[in-house]
Amino acid sequence: MSHDTPHDALPTGMKRWLYTTNHKDIGTMYLVFALIMLLTGGAMILAVRAELFQPGLQLMQPDLFNQLITLHGLVMVFGAAMPAATGLANWMLPMMLGAPDMALPRLNNWSFWILPPAALLLVTPFILGLAGVGTGAVDTGWTMYAPLSIQTGWGMDFAIFSVHMLGASSILASINVIVTILNMRAPGMTLMKMPMFAWGFLMTATLLIIIMPVLAGGVTMVLMDRHFGTHFFNAAGGGDPVLWEHIFWFMGHPEVYVLLLPIAGAIPHVLSAFARKPIYGYKAQVYSLWAITFLSVVVWAHHMFTSGMSVGGQLYFMYSTMLISLPLAVLFFCWIATLWRGAMSFEAPMLFALGFVTLFGWGGLTGLVLADAAADAQYHNAYFLVAHFHYALYPTTVMGVMAAVYFWLPKWTGHMYNERLAKVHFWVAFVGMNLTFLPQFFVGLAGMPRRIPDYALQFAEFNMLSSVGSLILGVSHLIFIYVVIQCVRGGAKAESRAWEGANGLEWTLSSPPPYHSFDVQPVVR
Amino acid sequence: MKLRNGLPLLGGFLGALAAGSTWADYRWNFPDPATPLAADTLHVHNLFMLIITVIFVAVFAIMAYSMFVHRKSRGHEPATFTGPRSRVQWLWALVPFAILLFIDYIIFGIPAYHAVLTDADSRNGAQMVVKVTGLQWKWQYEYPEEGIKFVSAMSTPREQINNQAPKGENYLLEVDNPLVIPVGKKIRFITTSTDVIHSWWVPAFGVKRDAVPGFLREFWVRVDRPGVYRGQCAELCGKDHAFMPVVVHAVPEAEYLQWVGAQKTAMTAQADSAGREWTQAELMEKGKAVYEANCASCHQPGGEGIPGAFPALAGNKMMKAPALDPAGRLVRGGHLDRVMNGAPNTAMTAYKDVLNDAEIAAVVTYERNALGNKTGDLVQPAQVKALRGSKT
Repeated sequence: MSHDTPHDALPTGMKRWLYTTNHKDIGTMYLVFALIMLLTGGAMILAVRAELFQPGLQLMQPDLFNQLITLHGLVMVFGAAMPAATGLANWMLPMMLGAPDMALPRLNNWSFWILPPAALLLVTPFILGLAGVGTGAVDTGWTMYAPLSIQTGWGMDFAIFSVHMLGASSILASINVIVTILNMRAPGMTLMKMPMFAWGFLMTATLLIIIMPVLAGGVTMVLMDRHFGTHFFNAAGGGDPVLWEHIFWFMGHPEVYVLLLPIAGAIPHVLSAFARKPIYGYKAQVYSLWAITFLSVVVWAHHMFTSGMSVGGQLYFMYSTMLISLPLAVLFFCWIATLWRGAMSFEAPMLFALGFVTLFGWGGLTGLVLADAAADAQYHNAYFLVAHFHYALYPTTVMGVMAAVYFWLPKWTGHMYNERLAKVHFWVAFVGMNLTFLPQFFVGLAGMPRRIPDYALQFAEFNMLSSVGSLILGVSHLIFIYVVIQCVRGGAKAESRAWEGANGLEWTLSSPPPYHSFDVQPVVR
Repeated sequence: MKLRNGLPLLGGFLGALAAGSTWADYRWNFPDPATPLAADTLHVHNLFMLIITVIFVAVFAIMAYSMFVHRKSRGHEPATFTGPRSRVQWLWALVPFAILLFIDYIIFGIPAYHAVLTDADSRNGAQMVVKVTGLQWKWQYEYPEEGIKFVSAMSTPREQINNQAPKGENYLLEVDNPLVIPVGKKIRFITTSTDVIHSWWVPAFGVKRDAVPGFLREFWVRVDRPGVYRGQCAELCGKDHAFMPVVVHAVPEAEYLQWVGAQKTAMTAQADSAGREWTQAELMEKGKAVYEANCASCHQPGGEGIPGAFPALAGNKMMKAPALDPAGRLVRGGHLDRVMNGAPNTAMTAYKDVLNDAEIAAVVTYERNALGNKTGDLVQPAQVKALRGSKT
């Protein structure tokens, strides 16, 4: 097919974005959407941290607080983290695999455009609630435990339909990724020669297709219980509230790896480029990704040790959870071995990548402690847990994505970004992140449960520190936005191979790349 | 801090760091354990914090060394290796994983196995039973062998929460009726809930167990030293989740028996009073107290409710309809029915198992004759008593 006049035929203005089937346009929209959601979820949690700055209720009543923490969780996971990764995949997969575009461009358009209405659906009740209409948004925590989710107001119904749409969007995007990776690779690029990032996202897409239908079914059961007289989660009618926990965590635990795997795929590219040395242990990393993918769907109930489980159940979920430390350790080993005896330089992508490796390392190690079914009683639903999963998720879904964005930004825009400001961004984020979440380990050990708008006096100092940290962390993202806008508008011209040590097909294209990445398929090796 | 062996402990280390600062008496670790389970957990926790800190420092020291030495600005030439090449290198690559497996399944796995078994063993040798029922947003404690049953709700005044009064020492962690248990006895706890999932947690006991509506869960506790232990609900259970503390008084056996005696006397007095005719003034006075302790957090102190979430009682239709039909039976969906049996799928709890006859009669009378209502109806404790056991 000919691409002689692609640009003349493009619609302009809003229509261009609404109708586009181009992977770069859609990738950009995903990334911008994720950024807007990051700021939304961030603003929500800043309000929460402001309330927690001191004991007592200063800014809000508990019902509003519960809405904010719930929306923060849902917005960050489904609105920011997943679309950010999908945005990266959209931009990069065709360029890395040597394809002109994604395999299913219309599906691609559709999977993105389901997202904004879904996000709107989620937050509409919140805004209406602020305006005094209705009971506000879903306020059950992002885990939506029944029967609380059956008792609560109609914000929950909005959340249910929103989850349906987000799920549909994820599944469509995943199908697209899988089809693209399996069918569109350049001649000579066998699966085991494929870039790590493609492997990471292939595993994520596989997981999403396994888990999202389960969540969609689960929330539909909640909807049925709420309005149509079923009793899936009501003991009085023969149901079981703990059944919801199983359904939710069957989605919820793999979801963590859905967020991790694309980043675990992208980071080796960054480390290798700035160490000027090939990726260490490619095969071992690929097999580890497989192992993580498999293990992640069979360990979910370690989130439920306090719900009262049989001894056999506790032992199984404890020991299987510990097993995940093995493939993860392989990844860490390979990441560090990639650096070892390289010739490192520390531009912003490298800083973010190293920040990810270090902080995620601590998040992972604290997770090992949480796996102990007996000791878990002390950690579970305390701030120790909150600190743990933020050490796992912030470095992954924000720092990891930042590393990838800074790494590929010159490729996307054709300009080098402001290196000095980007480094400032990293250090502000690094300090803010640790100041926010480190005190939460201690306040959790001292006995502070999560999801409370007010706390006993002995938790005051740590909370104050954490609130100050969160403000710093919030500011760091504004620096990021400034750097990106500056880079889009202009800057030093980026070469095709923007980084000295960068390798891969995407660096053979011009910066910025042509609208259709590869009109003629490149041949690999 | 009482510890079972002499391992250097991270908690102690951090505690020492903190000493001398303004945070000298600040907590950096779990509270001092009061039960064997908590002692065990603290031990495992300290050991593990130490191990993961060592792993973290060791691994990232290697990385930091590499970042310092293998940098371009120092003119380091990059190597090209992509995997282990010799037998020695394979050994180096595999040893960390062997160590990790050893830590996971031996150092960590074996004590965890025993801890899980100990934790689950709530029946063997249990000397008494306490039933804990979670309800939005308070705890009900029941001693089946003694026939004692009472509700324990937070006693911190709203003025302190809303910053209109200085906060007390045990702000948010104080209750009207604490749970009282004897020290040195193995107590089997059974949890359940009447509405949503709650979670009963006392950090010093090392236990946290969900209270699941419609199901029984269990755990056990043996408190080694007398004292007052505080904790709170650990599963988001709605609006006042933060205001659902647990306070346990662990007392010597003799004191416990004395307390049980006093409770029984009080209950007998209550049962007697339920049998007699109450005056309106008596009912209204008691009703006000019951209302403020149980109803005001949702329906609001003035009965105006929270629009959209909790219905107003002032001018409520239900108040105008009779509470009992002429034959003294419950009116289905009526005021007394809602108070006794709750409203399904809402936060309105069934109070029939929470409040006694006099309390139910008093609060219903109060609601019908205060908060902007003036029906003149009186409900007598004897009427409520007669309804119990009858079909709802």
